[in-house]
Amino acid sequence: MQIFHRATNTLAKASIFGGLILVGTLLWACIQIQRSPYVTYQHVARPQPVPFSHEHHVAAIGIDCRYCHTSVENSSFAGIPPTKTCMNCHSEIWLGGGMLQPVRDSYASGKSLIWNRVNDLPDFVYFDHSIHISKGVGCNTCHGPVDRMPLMYNEGSLQMEWCLDCHRSPAKNLRPQEQVFNMRYEQPTTQKPLLYDGKVYTDQMSLGADLVTKYHLRTVADITSCSTCHR
Amino acid sequence: MMMEEQNGKPHKEDVCPGKKDKLNLETANAQIEETKGPEFWRSLEELAGSGEFQEMMHREFPKGASEWLDTVSRRGFMKLMGASLAMAGMTACTKQPLEPIVPYVKQPEEIVPGKPLFFATAFTLGGYAAPLLVESHLYRPTKIEGNDKHPVSLGGTDVFSQASVLGLYDPDRSQNVIHLGNVSSWGQFKEVILATLKDQSASQGAGIRVLTGAFSSPALADQSQAFLKLYPQAKWHVYEPVNRDNAYEGAKLAFGQPVDTQYQLENADVIVTLDADFLYAGFPGFTKYARDYAKRRDPDSGNMSRMYAIESSPTSTGLKSDHRLPVRAVDVEMIACQLAGSSGGSLSGAQAKFVASVVKELQAHRGSSVVIPGEHQPPAVHALAHAINAQLGNVGKTVVYTDTVVANPANQTESLKDLVADMKAGKVQWLIVSGVNPLFDSPADVNFADAFNGVPNRVHLGLYQDETAEQCHWHINETHYLESWGDTRAFDGTVSIVQPLIAPLYDGKSLHELLGVLSDDAQLSAYNVVQDYWRKQHPGSDFDLFWRRSLHDGWVQGTTYTPKQVSAKSENFSQTTTTRSTFSSGGPASAIEINFRPDPSIYDGRFSNNAWLQELPKPLSKLTWDNAVWIGPVMAERMGVATKDLVRVEVNGAKVDLPVWIQAGHPDNSITVFLGYGRKRAGRAGTGAGFDVYPLRTTATPYFTTGAQVTKISGTYLLASTQGYQTMDAGDETRPIVRTATLEEYKQHADFNEEKPPAELTLYPGFDAQYKKEPYAWGMTIDLNSCVGCNNCIIACQSENNIAVVGKEQVNHGRHMHWIRVDAYYQGDRSDPQAYFQPVPCMQCENAPCELVCPVGATTHSTEGLNDMVYNRCVGTRYCSNNCPYKVRRFNFFLFSDWDTPQYKMMRNPDVTVRSRGVMEKCTYCVQRISEYRIKAEESGTTDRNTDGDLKTACQQSCPANAIIFGNINDANSQVSKLKAKQRNYGLLDDLNTRPRTTYLAEIRNPNPELQG
Amino acid sequence: MADLMQVEPGEQKPPVIAPGHNYGTVTDKIADVVLKKPVSLGWLGGLFVCFLILQWMLYGVTLLFFKGVGVWGVNIPIGWGFAIVNFVWWIGIGHAGTLISAILLLLRQSWRNSINRFAEAMTLFAVACAGMYPIFHLGRPWLAYWLFPYPNTMGYWPNFRSPLVWDVFAVTTYGTISLVFWFVGLIPDLATMRERTDKKILKYIFGMAALGWRFSARHWSRYETAYLLLAGLATPLVLSVHTVVSFDFAVGIVPGWHTTIFPPYFVAGAIYSGFAMVLVLAIPIRKFYNLGDFITERHIENSAMVMLGTGWIVAYGYAFEAFMNWYGGDVYEGFVRFNRFHGPYALTYMALLFFNLVVPQVLWIRKVRINNFWLFLISLDVLVGMWLERFVIVVVSLHRDFLNSSWGMYYPTQVDWAIFIGTLGFFTACIFLFMRVLPAISIFELRTLLPEAESVKHE
Repeated sequence: MQIFHRATNTLAKASIFGGLILVGTLLWACIQIQRSPYVTYQHVARPQPVPFSHEHHVAAIGIDCRYCHTSVENSSFAGIPPTKTCMNCHSEIWLGGGMLQPVRDSYASGKSLIWNRVNDLPDFVYFDHSIHISKGVGCNTCHGPVDRMPLMYNEGSLQMEWCLDCHRSPAKNLRPQEQVFNMRYEQPTTQKPLLYDGKVYTDQMSLGADLVTKYHLRTVADITSCSTCHR
Repeated sequence: MMMEEQNGKPHKEDVCPGKKDKLNLETANAQIEETKGPEFWRSLEELAGSGEFQEMMHREFPKGASEWLDTVSRRGFMKLMGASLAMAGMTACTKQPLEPIVPYVKQPEEIVPGKPLFFATAFTLGGYAAPLLVESHLYRPTKIEGNDKHPVSLGGTDVFSQASVLGLYDPDRSQNVIHLGNVSSWGQFKEVILATLKDQSASQGAGIRVLTGAFSSPALADQSQAFLKLYPQAKWHVYEPVNRDNAYEGAKLAFGQPVDTQYQLENADVIVTLDADFLYAGFPGFTKYARDYAKRRDPDSGNMSRMYAIESSPTSTGLKSDHRLPVRAVDVEMIACQLAGSSGGSLSGAQAKFVASVVKELQAHRGSSVVIPGEHQPPAVHALAHAINAQLGNVGKTVVYTDTVVANPANQTESLKDLVADMKAGKVQWLIVSGVNPLFDSPADVNFADAFNGVPNRVHLGLYQDETAEQCHWHINETHYLESWGDTRAFDGTVSIVQPLIAPLYDGKSLHELLGVLSDDAQLSAYNVVQDYWRKQHPGSDFDLFWRRSLHDGWVQGTTYTPKQVSAKSENFSQTTTTRSTFSSGGPASAIEINFRPDPSIYDGRFSNNAWLQELPKPLSKLTWDNAVWIGPVMAERMGVATKDLVRVEVNGAKVDLPVWIQAGHPDNSITVFLGYGRKRAGRAGTGAGFDVYPLRTTATPYFTTGAQVTKISGTYLLASTQGYQTMDAGDETRPIVRTATLEEYKQHADFNEEKPPAELTLYPGFDAQYKKEPYAWGMTIDLNSCVGCNNCIIACQSENNIAVVGKEQVNHGRHMHWIRVDAYYQGDRSDPQAYFQPVPCMQCENAPCELVCPVGATTHSTEGLNDMVYNRCVGTRYCSNNCPYKVRRFNFFLFSDWDTPQYKMMRNPDVTVRSRGVMEKCTYCVQRISEYRIKAEESGTTDRNTDGDLKTACQQSCPANAIIFGNINDANSQVSKLKAKQRNYGLLDDLNTRPRTTYLAEIRNPNPELQG
Repeated sequence: MADLMQVEPGEQKPPVIAPGHNYGTVTDKIADVVLKKPVSLGWLGGLFVCFLILQWMLYGVTLLFFKGVGVWGVNIPIGWGFAIVNFVWWIGIGHAGTLISAILLLLRQSWRNSINRFAEAMTLFAVACAGMYPIFHLGRPWLAYWLFPYPNTMGYWPNFRSPLVWDVFAVTTYGTISLVFWFVGLIPDLATMRERTDKKILKYIFGMAALGWRFSARHWSRYETAYLLLAGLATPLVLSVHTVVSFDFAVGIVPGWHTTIFPPYFVAGAIYSGFAMVLVLAIPIRKFYNLGDFITERHIENSAMVMLGTGWIVAYGYAFEAFMNWYGGDVYEGFVRFNRFHGPYALTYMALLFFNLVVPQVLWIRKVRINNFWLFLISLDVLVGMWLERFVIVVVSLHRDFLNSSWGMYYPTQVDWAIFIGTLGFFTACIFLFMRVLPAISIFELRTLLPEAESVKHE
């Protein structure tokens, strides 16, 4: 007595490969999800008590990063401006602005504004702003075109592979120290060569290589040692 | 890992004090809500009542045995699930939670977020100050360090001051003013007392008594005088269970006045101790003595000192000495007389020989020898010591007399007796008890409690609602010294201004303020009291400068005592020495003597709720969380008792049951019990730990007496010691763990310390080549000659690196977490052994066995030679620990770190990860400090390799004896390189070719040839 | 190994299959166990007991996962306790299956045909038990997948120098190959079952599992090739797995671990305990399902002789270990010897020597070799002995290593026991189920042993 249709044979054969493909797809999906903005918040703006626009303050008004992020050059922590800093200007301008009400309240009541952290590394990672600045890593190398962010989001995935990408070959991201806070800095190309202390650079790698020596960068082995970031 | 990191390492900006002198409570509270921890403002009273209290105790100290029995709900099923998920989330497909970031409203000038500030202040114990520098992160004191500019500290500290930062954040601290058991307020208290003081002033305060601990604060002394002027009939009593009555009485005997004795050990070629443990944190001037002593123990210096210890209960001082004579405490007086030239008394052959050669040595070193009497020896012995030092012409050279540091050197025992008498007589209407706990620690024979309960109005000012507070009508929560203004004297008389590091967490009050109220000046603040006093001392326009400078430096210029000329009362001398032939003998040699000693970890009991100190292995027994009765090996054998057996100790008509600890080197027919344990209302850590021996103690014989009965009773008691086998003899061999030689041997062939592995004992390319090219190669040396086993490094490390406390049961399971431990090894005759201390941190092996075997590469080598440990990568196979020959790795078998208690979160060092359950951890050479230093150097663009002075590990920094030296071994001029070049430098187990970066300097003893063999 | 199988000349070899059987009877006898035989109370009872024990393990594991490995007796210095002891023990047991199926197949030891099926099943279940422990013993088991090299967001690979990573590969490979080998071996019999059952649902299930096997000559020839290939593939694994497991210790520097004798000595030990387990199962099975005709004295005796042989290799291992401890002249190695005989765990070492070396010597006597009852006891004894051996290697070596200050003691907690005994429950429960739902003896392979088959071959 025949209980299976003839087609079952084909099915059986097909299912062998089908199974393999299925498993492969699942694994691939996991790996993708792990890197997706859903997990990393990459390019996802966070809700904030005040819709502060970096675009407006940086690009339109032209305020320097360090006006608000005061300790970025000499501390691990860049610093979040106290309400006072906002009020320096906003006690003069935009007095009526309803969206600034929380700021004025904070200043009056002495209660801090509570922002949502945007570039948020896990707490077991000990990142230090000052050393990156002093070695010629530009703000927007990690933070992206902040001057074009009406609302702040994180440019990088902030995952370890993202950090290592640079730590394993720093040369490709270094720029002259005086360019660090330049949001519109462009790496030298043959079209747009860069003149830097008496030398014309037409590609990033040669510039980077020179800066590595100029700024006494430690070796790749040094800056990829675990204790560089983890304690 | 997210969750615990988030809790453990508060974001540098998430606890934000609004202004320097005010902790922002909003944020603190916000924190609490967000963490669902125990309520911030809940008083210990409520706490103790609730089952939650038990639950917290458990969370704090998981009980190993009961661990699997009690229900999972104890830690909270959901929470753990959540935690696990969050942790998995860091690496898998779970999202990281949104985190708030909270800036200041107005940022203080001096604040640079992410950079700590340091403030000078001082910790006081029994009136003697330990000058400190305190690290502060956003105005949260996180780490105690010695004031390296202060002559007394020179950077060194002692365990009590190191651990005091935990005391500040202790969630069991009293948080309220309590009236008759109900929460009240400072305001109400003021109303009541001001009202009643009106009628007291009529009787000139005849009914007022104040009882405090010994204090040296000039401002307080001044204030108390003013108070007594206001109420001439009032009395001020001083009592601490561990006091200096003997010393002062001895001084009176000798000089007719109380004086403090300072020893200049750096000038002493021969040191003779008469039962003195000057290398113990409780001894006035310990940090300085430890340093001076160590300075003179360098065998390469050519002027190595020699120390003889005549002592009863074994101490680290005795075990460090070159020759030790174990005798009963009661016999010390007789031997002292022998030293002084008396012929009376009977000595055994060995003892006679010992004394003879000591005398010879002392004679040979007139002016460069010193005799140090023990604090617990009777006045006569102190007088004898003074006499001997005088006869040897040591006064002014190795011995200096000064005014007493404590403001009121009166006999404290008498003072207490007077108070009790007055209370019994009903003369006392108002009793103000401040900072002492007489209901727990007063001598049994004065029956303090009975008299006390007869007093109609009792006020208690203290950090805890302790045994005494419970019996008081009013309890006022005192400010911790890190919260309040004050001043205090170091043992050399130098005054330090105590400045607060943080606003009072629970709005506590200091004694200054309480006195203010009593003196009818309710608005008075401690700050005013102190500043006004010093303005009086330093009038003139430059006061502000003077004041700022004193605060900045940590001490007040020109307050150091100058040596005091004291004239010896000759008749007393003769009477105490040569002509003496009768001694206060302890009866027959068979009479059993009992010694009372302050506990090396929790002192007289005041630190018993400090979990760091409770879990600190005691220097000699490595015992934690308990006190036992020490019995010598011989006596134990005779009695047929073993360690952990229970015995009943009866003396002065009282009896206490205690577990036995057989202590090598303890004299026969003598036992030692330690004060401070058996607290009933200490807090989650101290309550119920150990056994209360105060009932055995009387005013007549506070430190030792003979005629004790010791009887074995049935049953045993669990004692948790961190070190199972205290010997280097294993099987049939002795292991070369601590390498040692006598000075003679060392001089003859300095290369005695043979076993060095061949340079290239490996098939792999040389490590030297690999590391030489690095700008930094970190290394450490530990000088076994200098180490006095004071345990200071352990607490310093615990504080710096957020090391968890695990509790007695876990310690007993071998799961304590200390990154650096101090091993004690005994060798030879157990009743008079040789002993060695060996601090063991991670060796940072260049060829590390642990790194090879970790499957996930969570422990790897940094280019600077550090053996990095990455907690967030660790999956917890424990293979690395198995393969570590030094067993310095520690594992979080449970969730040992407290994630919830908000106070602890404020205490943590934000630069160090708080470890979660299931990860391995270990010493990192304080890599957070290395990074900080390196980043500074790199930014300045220098490639200067000399790190000496700037960069210190926590253990090195706090070591009073300078035994631990850390630095860059690629810098030929660094201290550590020079030490590693010495011939007595050796690597522990270096024949395994682990190539440890931490090496030891072999211990060289300097015995007297006469007494050898 | 072949020579061990030979018995003294003159003695008459017992047959591998009792006389009087033909294709039909063989098939009936084996298939009926699954298809006809009613569910017996004994079977139900046994399964139920095992199931209860399994629940105990689940309880232990729950505690373990919610509280941490602290619920075990492990500590510093004894970082590994029962978990690793049991892991090694189970893996060892798992060796017999593949050995019998693959190596004996290649060696043309046709007698293995009647025991290979459940020996392989036993292997699978043992490996399953073993496989749990490495995950249980992690401090953070939810991160176990970090031991696999996969393209992760950390840009960081596992440490391929670590024996634990080798373990991951060794054990997973071994598990997979054993599974495939077992299943391929099952296919023709599954088809047979499909044909013989009259319940439609069973027909479907067996039919699915049989992957459309139609007994065609083509199928048979393909099958033969595949089976041989798999056998060839599995053979090296028998040696490699426990070799790799032994590296976990041999690579460490702990005195008592750091020795080159470990790989051969572990493999021998594995086969030793493996055959012991085979006997522990075979003897009851042939009794209760009266398959005595197929699992004959011959099998029993051969297995016994394999035990005897491997037992002696193990003995050599002990002797050599002790010798090297002395000959090496190293303080710490020397102390290992001293500590095993005089330390606090001396008793376990003595017991292990007694169980593994002394007792099995009675196997020299043929009467014992063919006496089911005694052989059963001796097999149990060997299993206990081999477990003790692993305990001594793991715990006793760790508890006193280099620095006296860091010596410690290990006391197993109730959770330790719960999880250990729990896996025994799991294992036996699986065996019970296997006996009921699949042909415990390879029908078609057994047929090849029949006289009829012989005649076919000679044509």
